[in-house]
Amino acid sequence: MSTYAADVAALARKDLRLELRARDTLPAMLLFVLATLVVFHFALPAGSGDDPAYGLLWVALVFTALLGLGRAWVPERENAALDGLVLAPCDRSAIWLGKALATLAFLAAAEVVALPAFALFFAPLRSTALAGVVLADIGICTVGSLVSAMAASSRTRELILPLLFLPLAIPLIVGGVGSSVSPHGGKYLLFLALYDGVFSILSWASFEYVVTE
Amino acid sequence: MSSGEKYVAAAYAVVLLAVLVWVAIIGAKLVRLDRETAELAALARRTGPGRSSDDG
Amino acid sequence: MSVAKSFPARAFGAVGLMAAAMVMVFFVAPEDADQGISQKIFYFHVPIALTAYACFGTGAWKALRLLWTREERYDLESYTAVHQGTIFGALTLITGSIWAKASWGVWWTWSSNQLVLFLVLFLFYCAYFMLRFSLEPGPRRARLSAVYALFGVALIPVSFLAIRLANDFIHPTVFTRHGAQMTHTMFAAFCVSWAALLALAHVMYRIELLGKRIDANLRDLREALTAA
Repeated sequence: MSTYAADVAALARKDLRLELRARDTLPAMLLFVLATLVVFHFALPAGSGDDPAYGLLWVALVFTALLGLGRAWVPERENAALDGLVLAPCDRSAIWLGKALATLAFLAAAEVVALPAFALFFAPLRSTALAGVVLADIGICTVGSLVSAMAASSRTRELILPLLFLPLAIPLIVGGVGSSVSPHGGKYLLFLALYDGVFSILSWASFEYVVTE
Repeated sequence: MSSGEKYVAAAYAVVLLAVLVWVAIIGAKLVRLDRETAELAALARRTGPGRSSDDG
Repeated sequence: MSVAKSFPARAFGAVGLMAAAMVMVFFVAPEDADQGISQKIFYFHVPIALTAYACFGTGAWKALRLLWTREERYDLESYTAVHQGTIFGALTLITGSIWAKASWGVWWTWSSNQLVLFLVLFLFYCAYFMLRFSLEPGPRRARLSAVYALFGVALIPVSFLAIRLANDFIHPTVFTRHGAQMTHTMFAAFCVSWAALLALAHVMYRIELLGKRIDANLRDLREALTAA
């Protein structure tokens, strides 16, 4: 068990180190989410109120995540490192978990800037909203990493990732927006936890089949 | 027909038409499969029953 | 093969069931007091939806068998089942839309949880085909399709829950339809209709599967004949 955790940590650390050296994905995500928020200001008609803004926040977060997920497996693909990882004596699902954790770190880093910006430009974020962001991020990164690996195997890569990911992201958006606007925010947090549980287990169990030849 | 009856007819007609479209598509596929089997039969006849296998 | 021999029997059985269903729906079941004749759409719309779920479930089961046994045939079977599910899913949306227009005067409403769920599932399974078409034929495509099909059935209940929760803050104009206050004959008509549609889906599934298998065999045959 401890070797599994060590493998996951090593894999996640590799991705973080690669990003620190290359510095291409995270700045792009940051700029993208800020630009999107500004676009939303112009997209919302006057007198819309706060609620539509929360909805748009979640759209921004999901699409920013998609940007990051599109790049998630590129280092492995470009250097044929995925084959090496698959042959390595570690559980295949550790590859997925390491990638999901690294993606989570990038998404969280982007949100550290995006959420205060949103609060500044549009409306305050209450505690259930922030909890919703955390829970939804987990769902986005676990499912997203698996789906991104599928897209990476296909001929149409960047084209197909949003098509595969968005239907799966709909429940996350419902949970996120609900936790931001509804008076019964806790209900939505529970739902997000349910989504995370179900889909994390499914992703963990099926990653092996996605990545082996 | 009342408008309610028209909607009922439309709903059932849509299902019927969908099945017919599916039949047409399968029919087209059958035509293609027929052509391919004919080609392969011709190919098999040409290379003949006396063909030797490559294990010599 | 014993299965092939019973197929014509099943196909004619499906015809019989469909005939029985038509008789029951249009000649036996009484007209609904509230909705009038447009309620008759229900006898097709709901069974079509249930059949779509059955097809997606079958697709997921075959997918699981593929991942478990690695037998190639499950890939075609899973793919065909998902295809049938998508066809019936599209029919659910269309018949549901017609029923909405007949009942409430609008072609679409976000307040019908089932319609919205099918829209989400339709998007999901359309992506299934896009995924399949973007991959080279082979074990990888089979496995990725199988994993995606499994995600599909997990999505069904989670999405349904999400849509119900979303109604709290989306506040659509709520249309109500008086629930299943079905008489016994109405319920019988519903059951016969459901059986007929399941039988139809099964027949279509078998025929498509046969076509795909013939295709695959012809390809192998062509390779064998042109190789030596």
